[in-house]
Amino acid sequence: MPVRVAGTTDERAAPPERRTPKRGPRSAAGPSAGPGAERAAERKQAFRELVGTQLPRLYWAARALVGDDAEDAVQDCMVKAFERFDQLHDPVAGPAWLRRILINCCRDRLRADARHPDSVGFEEVESFSLYRKIAYEDPFPYSDSLHLDFLQEFGREDVHAVLRRLPDLYRVPLVLVHMEGFLARETAEILQVPLGTVLARLHRGRKLFEKRMWDYAEENGLLKGGSR
Amino acid sequence: MISCAEAVRQLWEYLDATVDPARRAEIDDHLSLCARCCGELEFAVEMRRLLADSGGPELPEDVRGRLNRKLKELE
Ligand SMILES: [Zn+2]
Repeated sequence: MPVRVAGTTDERAAPPERRTPKRGPRSAAGPSAGPGAERAAERKQAFRELVGTQLPRLYWAARALVGDDAEDAVQDCMVKAFERFDQLHDPVAGPAWLRRILINCCRDRLRADARHPDSVGFEEVESFSLYRKIAYEDPFPYSDSLHLDFLQEFGREDVHAVLRRLPDLYRVPLVLVHMEGFLARETAEILQVPLGTVLARLHRGRKLFEKRMWDYAEENGLLKGGSR
Repeated sequence: MISCAEAVRQLWEYLDATVDPARRAEIDDHLSLCARCCGELEFAVEMRRLLADSGGPELPEDVRGRLNRKLKELE
């Protein structure tokens, strides 16, 4: 899938060459110290700086999308981005450009590993409200803000563990919209499905996320009023 | 007025501004009269914050080390 971000072009346009005085093939500076080598070093440095600042973001997005394959997905992303770095003309677009490449790398991995069929009971999920469940079960009897207390039991690893329990079909749009901040229509474009499909999967994904949060909290002893 | 179930069903869409204007007005009307659904709305906002914050600026040290090594190897 082509990666399109403002400030880049798809075609492999040659970078603007610096005009340098023509030298003979055996110039005094030697074959490796010319402007080409200098430019390559600058380019490598700029790439390292860009990726370095974005690594945490890329890693956590990959964790949410492909779980334990996250490091491999980030490595794929670095290799692909490095190959195409000349296509990035506007440095400001760098972080968004990297994220798009990462998402494509994660999608390749999900396609190659279609483990999770769509076998979620619709009724079970559609009628579930985590808000009401918490109010009804009252897991923190001495609290006057039990809903917030419930959410505060969830650390980052817990949230990712819950996300991993969702089928790819629902997890991916949920992560793209609510973690990565893409609009629903941008998500539809990234996933190459109609907007209505994304909206339906988001709706169901959120419900499923609520349900799995409660299940996870029960199974992992998060409901004992801060006893962890 | 729409029911609580109907209002709650579309709260996330309401927050995403992906409901149509007529639906939005119905949900607004409902929220102005229903404290419980306001609680649901507040909770939905917190749930979304939890998801949005689960990226985060830190990276486990071992992961950072391996990824940085890979980054330096690129030629
Ligand atoms: Zn209501």
